[in-house]
Amino acid sequence: MTHPSDTGPAPVLALQGISKSFGAVRALRDVSFELFPGEVHAIAGENGAGKSTLIKTLAGVHRPDSGQVLLDGAPTVFHGPADARDAGIAVIYQEPTLFPDLSIAENIFMGRQPRRALGRIDHKATHEATLALMQRLGVELDPDRPARGLSIADQQIVEIAKALSFDARVLIMDEPTAALTGSEVARLFGVVRTLREQGSAVLFISHRLEEIFQICQRVTTLRDGAWISSEPVDGMTEDDLVRRMVGRDLDELYPKQEVEPGEIALSVRRLTREGVFTDVSFDVRRGEIVGLAGLVGAGRTEVARAVFGIDRWDAGEVDVDGKALTNGAPSTAMTAGLALVPEDRRAQGLVMDMSIERNIGLTGLRTTVKAGLVDRGAERSRSLDWAVKLQVKYARIADTVNTLSGGNQQKVVLAKWLATGPKVLIVDEPTRGIDVGTKAEVHRLLSRLAADGVAVLMISSDLPEILGMADRVLVMHEGRLTAEIPRSEATEESVMAAATGRAAA
Amino acid sequence: MADLSLSRAIRWDTVVGALLIVVLLLSFTTVDGFGNALNLSFLIGNTLPIAMIALPMTLLVVAGEIDLSVASTAGLSGAVMGALWNQGLTIEAIIPICLLLGVVCGLINGLLVTRLGLPSLAVTIGTLAAYRGIAQIVLGSDAVTDFPTQYLDFAAGRIGDSFVPQAFIPFLVLLVIAVVALHLTPFGRALYATGASEEAARFAGIRVKRQKLILFTVTGLMASLTGIFWALHYASARFDNATGLELSVVAAVLLGGIDFDGGKGTLGGAIAGVFLLGTLQNVMSLQDVSAQSQIVVTGVLLVLSVLGPRVARQISVARAGRRAASAPVPKAPTPVS
Repeated sequence: MTHPSDTGPAPVLALQGISKSFGAVRALRDVSFELFPGEVHAIAGENGAGKSTLIKTLAGVHRPDSGQVLLDGAPTVFHGPADARDAGIAVIYQEPTLFPDLSIAENIFMGRQPRRALGRIDHKATHEATLALMQRLGVELDPDRPARGLSIADQQIVEIAKALSFDARVLIMDEPTAALTGSEVARLFGVVRTLREQGSAVLFISHRLEEIFQICQRVTTLRDGAWISSEPVDGMTEDDLVRRMVGRDLDELYPKQEVEPGEIALSVRRLTREGVFTDVSFDVRRGEIVGLAGLVGAGRTEVARAVFGIDRWDAGEVDVDGKALTNGAPSTAMTAGLALVPEDRRAQGLVMDMSIERNIGLTGLRTTVKAGLVDRGAERSRSLDWAVKLQVKYARIADTVNTLSGGNQQKVVLAKWLATGPKVLIVDEPTRGIDVGTKAEVHRLLSRLAADGVAVLMISSDLPEILGMADRVLVMHEGRLTAEIPRSEATEESVMAAATGRAAA
Repeated sequence: MADLSLSRAIRWDTVVGALLIVVLLLSFTTVDGFGNALNLSFLIGNTLPIAMIALPMTLLVVAGEIDLSVASTAGLSGAVMGALWNQGLTIEAIIPICLLLGVVCGLINGLLVTRLGLPSLAVTIGTLAAYRGIAQIVLGSDAVTDFPTQYLDFAAGRIGDSFVPQAFIPFLVLLVIAVVALHLTPFGRALYATGASEEAARFAGIRVKRQKLILFTVTGLMASLTGIFWALHYASARFDNATGLELSVVAAVLLGGIDFDGGKGTLGGAIAGVFLLGTLQNVMSLQDVSAQSQIVVTGVLLVLSVLGPRVARQISVARAGRRAASAPVPKAPTPVS
């Protein structure tokens, strides 16, 4: 689209020299950039670069220590989120917060429904206003259907409609695609393009670099709270962008070492959980990284859960080092040397209200014991040891994990499991929602583990990750293993063909 | 901003502990008849049933569950004790039977919660009614009072002329066991994880169902022990013994900073809460406040005890928020040693 220039339209939003500190931490340092109507503008940066603080400043949650926000050229101070909203700035968060039992229309007009006489809600007017918003966004959603059961993309579209109903001119989208599947992303981007054509300004935050190139016209990069650049996306490469974000050339994103596979460490035989997956058999050898690919809902996570014992299987067998595991018993799986880094780190991987030390300690409750009591010294040194090995960035080991960024939380989950010294490590979406620098670290770690003789099973929806890291690729489709592809033959085409059930490779 | 969950709990513990000391000092100086050894022994003796059940209840609430049937289990134990005594069994034979009964009552609660996945609040309201009903069937409206004197003396007596009831010493042993179990063992550590996030606990290999089944069973056991103590302490076994005691226990435990949602709080706080409630009840009795009014006070305390820690937490979160908010984590890792 058009690149705003000096002679173009005036910026709808401009930041001038914004700084914000929390105690000794300078979250934003003299950040300035402009946002023009009709552009989708990306904010890029690693975890901790200041993106969240920037969003919260624009949303009226934080007040800058210095600098100013200009709205249509006029200096503006937000005294709270309501101020920002009234000024036409709306934030769409990663996880929408709709009332599941209310209709789409009721959700959009919650608390300010059009009224008829005697204060009764005018359902007809509500319905029609919602319909008009949906038409404006170019989507077909029935205003009267309940929010329950909407895909996350559609929930976000409802949030966008809600924002438009407040006459929002600036939409801030904070990692909107993190929890979306490919087709959902396409649907959401369709709406974003419609908004852009109607002259809205969109600030777009995503860790998926390819999305920035897909949907954005300009990108502003932050590093350590400081503004680095604002420039058109055209003519930039992903490498250019990464260099601005991390301030150096990134080490290889997929540092796969060649390892001669050893003995079979994990053997899954004809595993079946009725209605979920059927007749799944595969081996993972020591030193191998085996990728498990497939579409969302193909049953990959469910296989991992059953192998680890979270869910019971109905038929089949799982062996670790030749010894059969008990059905439905994670504690015996752990004793046998199995570790599972689950897909949802906030709900499954970590106790968010607990300290880093104790979260890592949870997997050691049976080993860091002296005379039946928790050996606190041993627990602390075990936790510190692994937090340092994985370079978790934290202030104190006794801080709760919810004070950490997503990438560092994921490192704590990894630390928690690596501390058990596993023979077999299953990682489910190990790099989802974490920044590119941390992602490379996680890959290097997995590679090193394999080189040390750990058998790694990696579930991922990130195809380049699967292709870059796996020695072999297993593909699932509708609850069955449909293909096993050696590294040399694995391509996006061959994996996708098997994942969509078009061909058995 | 150390371990927030811990520092918050400690802060509330301290508040309750300080409150207990203030109330005690005020009572000593302003309430006639409060400070003598006999009254103090009454205070402790009357509070012991709450304290005994509060031990396993604290662990249950930390793990995110609750048992409201405890008072009925205690009543049932007392009723069965009285009925068997009337049948001519010896007290030495009766007590193990009653304890076993408590184990069964707890096991039923535990199995309903863990095997059928029912919410413990609903299950134990049901068994609250059922166990009390069985107690009435067993003993009818009889009151059994003629238990052997050495047992009655032990349950009601004090050590010499001191203010310490004889039964307080065994309670201290139980308290130490509970403190060690909750705060020092892997089992206790796992309870906090389960209470804070049951799913994450399961993914860490913690055997959540087994853990809860053990807790419910121990709670039943302690409730029946309390029922036996109650019947001997007041020299009266009736089906309606200890009615409403669950209200006092839950109020005291929550007052002590055990979060109703699980995962937070310490036994020290819970016990401070128990004795704060016991002291207030004792003072009200001395001031001739009617039993009905005392229940009102307990009810109000229950509401305040849910509110108090929450307000305290919000204040500390707001403070931490002002300090850190969404500040990025410092760049360099700062490993301690």
